[in-house]
Amino acid sequence: MTRKQRRMTIIGGSLAVLALAAALVLNALRDSIVFFSTPTMVAEKHVEPGKRFRLGGLVQPGSLQRGDNLAVTFEVADGGAKLPVAYKGILPDLFREGQGVVAEGALDANGVFKADTVLAKHDETYMPKDVADALKKQGHWKDDYGAKTSDGVKPAATTAQGNPQGAVR
Amino acid sequence: MIAEAGHYALVLALGLALIQSIVPLIGARLRDAALMNVARSTALAQLLFVGASFIALVMLHVGSDFSVANVYENSHSMKPLLYKITGVWGNHEGSMLLWVSILALFGGLVAAFGNNLPLSLRAHVLAVQAWIASAFYLFILMTSNPFLRIANPPIEGRDLNPVLQDIGLAVHPPMLYLGYVGFSISFSFAIAALMEGRIDAAWARWVRPWTLVAWIFLTLGIAMGSYWAYYELGWGGWWFWDPVENASLMPWLAGTALLHSALVMEKRNALKVWTILLSILTFSLSLLGTFLVRSGVITSVHAFATDPTRGVFILLILCLFIGGSLSLFAGRATALKQGGLFAPISREGALVLNNLLLTVACAVVLFGTLYPLAMEVLADFKMSVGAPFYNLTFVPLFTLLLLAVPLGPMLAWKRGDLLGVTQRLLAAGVAALVVIAIVWAWTRGGSALAPLAIGLGVFVIAGALTDLAERTGLFRLPFATTLHRARGLPRSTWGSVFAHAGLGIALIGIVCETTWNSEYIATMKQNDVAHVAGYDLKLDRLFQRQGPNYREMIAEFNVSRDGDTLSVMTPSKRSFTTRGSSTTEAALLTRGASQLYVSLGDATAEGAIAVRIYHKPLVLLIWWGPVLMAFGGVLSLSDRRLRVGAPKPARAKQRLQPAE
Repeated sequence: MTRKQRRMTIIGGSLAVLALAAALVLNALRDSIVFFSTPTMVAEKHVEPGKRFRLGGLVQPGSLQRGDNLAVTFEVADGGAKLPVAYKGILPDLFREGQGVVAEGALDANGVFKADTVLAKHDETYMPKDVADALKKQGHWKDDYGAKTSDGVKPAATTAQGNPQGAVR
Repeated sequence: MIAEAGHYALVLALGLALIQSIVPLIGARLRDAALMNVARSTALAQLLFVGASFIALVMLHVGSDFSVANVYENSHSMKPLLYKITGVWGNHEGSMLLWVSILALFGGLVAAFGNNLPLSLRAHVLAVQAWIASAFYLFILMTSNPFLRIANPPIEGRDLNPVLQDIGLAVHPPMLYLGYVGFSISFSFAIAALMEGRIDAAWARWVRPWTLVAWIFLTLGIAMGSYWAYYELGWGGWWFWDPVENASLMPWLAGTALLHSALVMEKRNALKVWTILLSILTFSLSLLGTFLVRSGVITSVHAFATDPTRGVFILLILCLFIGGSLSLFAGRATALKQGGLFAPISREGALVLNNLLLTVACAVVLFGTLYPLAMEVLADFKMSVGAPFYNLTFVPLFTLLLLAVPLGPMLAWKRGDLLGVTQRLLAAGVAALVVIAIVWAWTRGGSALAPLAIGLGVFVIAGALTDLAERTGLFRLPFATTLHRARGLPRSTWGSVFAHAGLGIALIGIVCETTWNSEYIATMKQNDVAHVAGYDLKLDRLFQRQGPNYREMIAEFNVSRDGDTLSVMTPSKRSFTTRGSSTTEAALLTRGASQLYVSLGDATAEGAIAVRIYHKPLVLLIWWGPVLMAFGGVLSLSDRRLRVGAPKPARAKQRLQPAE
């Protein structure tokens, strides 16, 4: 093989791997991306049942109800709209009424958001960034929400059906 | 007084770094040995002053001096001593101080042990180190000063975040930073080579040990962080594809590629330009990681500071260094002489494939990390890219890489014989097939993917062992000869065998844990029994206890199997009064490489408690793999050819020491 042929082999091989990676990424982007919504966005845009998304907002005070066998229901509100959420499992350590929360799952036929993952953070005044931004945009932001977010902490994530790959599915 | 002294020492370190940035370069231009040697003394003095500054902060934390804002915000007088010390880097300011301390440490090491480097190369390397150091000293002094005082000192501190009050904080960040920042050395070497316009095999020999040191620490740091998340967060997840984790994974991928390409350069004097580029990219990714973590730009489960001035400052550093180094590369790289030729099927060719797959996998992770951010900025909608994305992209690429791993070390340099290698790997392939068949038969009806992936892991391990057997002539030659040969093998060969086998072991652990993890979640009352994976866990009692700075509720489980009591597990839930927050302390029971994992949820009014129990088969292999890889790295590092003070070629010795 001449030098030129060798070089072409390597360049060809590189392009093949790059093309493979690009194909994989494009394929993955089509159906593995999860979008973020607030209750208001859900109310405005019709979200079809079964489509997975992340729901963010504040846990409506007084809405948390614990059922049998770790089933819980609560409402997520963002000042404009409310959405009922059903979850089965252990809530994160700092899940509280009136606090920010991010849940991942899909709407069922009755318009209830079936969450399989609930994210919260180990800090009393924590507000998930998604939630804070959405609230700011909609004008429901109160300054004291984000007053103390400057600590290096990891949130707890809980999943209902063993989700060993991570909080985001 | 201590705070002011620490602050002053940091300012002095900045001054020294500025001198070190400029004077050695002038010396190199004028060929003045005295000026070039300034780099050595300033680097050592810099280490001294940053070290003093860091120790000052440690003393403030240990002494609970709450007149210092950093101590007030992150410490508490009741906190155990260990966490008072580790709390130093459990916050933004302190962790940046640790970052520059480690940077200075590496600079100091080059200065102290770089006596066999050509004088001008060492001057250039240390000058580039000083540029990085100056930028980060300025960053700390201007935006994140850890020594700021409070006008009216409070009596008590606000305590360290409870999640961070763990032995993991003592180990994980320093390890990770030793890795991250360690790559600054190969970066500085690359920039120095570009500035000097000279690069050869000796350059690769100098760079490789430094890269290896950084890589070892980064490997251990990532593994440690993963294990910490596993036991601390209370639900047994060990990798989240979180942007902050990706930020450490990307330099690891690029650094692994760099290790391998430096090998080609050292042995065959080829791939020079690529190695230089990879050195630049690896450290750029470390800087990007620092930016992602420190600026809080990405919604992340680690979510650090959200102060925009800091973000913008680091972004400037990032642009300056990445942009500057890449422009220098673009301008100078063509001037570097091209190296040796090789056929596509050869050891070099295999290492090129390794580099290709590693860098493309790294690019995929980079894309997944930055894409949501870009979409948020450009298209104004939010999304998350998580495990499903990486399963569809990163995993196939890594599978290809793992398939090729056993082939690489067995191919000859320059021109390899793929058919011959395939034949020699037949045994490994058969072993893999047998394992696939057994696992598949044993778990009938399960997914076909898991047995295949385990087979791949076995193939990688068996391939590494085959390589060893081939080199020592095991089964072909008398045993004594084999033993003799094994002793004579370079340590770096042993190193690569261990590192590659570690990869296979980690893969097996990952597959077993994700596929056959059993889970039990329920509310339990006293004397309730949970049955998980053949184990019976009986809740004996629930009680409260007072810790140094928290109260905890402990559940005592009696674990038995087939009626025999094995152990008692005591998971707890701690509530920290100062921060009003709580943490879950999971209890772990190790059985071989598998673990039982129990963590607690909320207690109900009737005295019952929510409990989460997992059985994680072979989960420990996930971390034993990286430990084995790091061990391989250490073996490789101890190879005499790579030793920091490696013997010089005779001619070079004469040139350097004319007096003898």
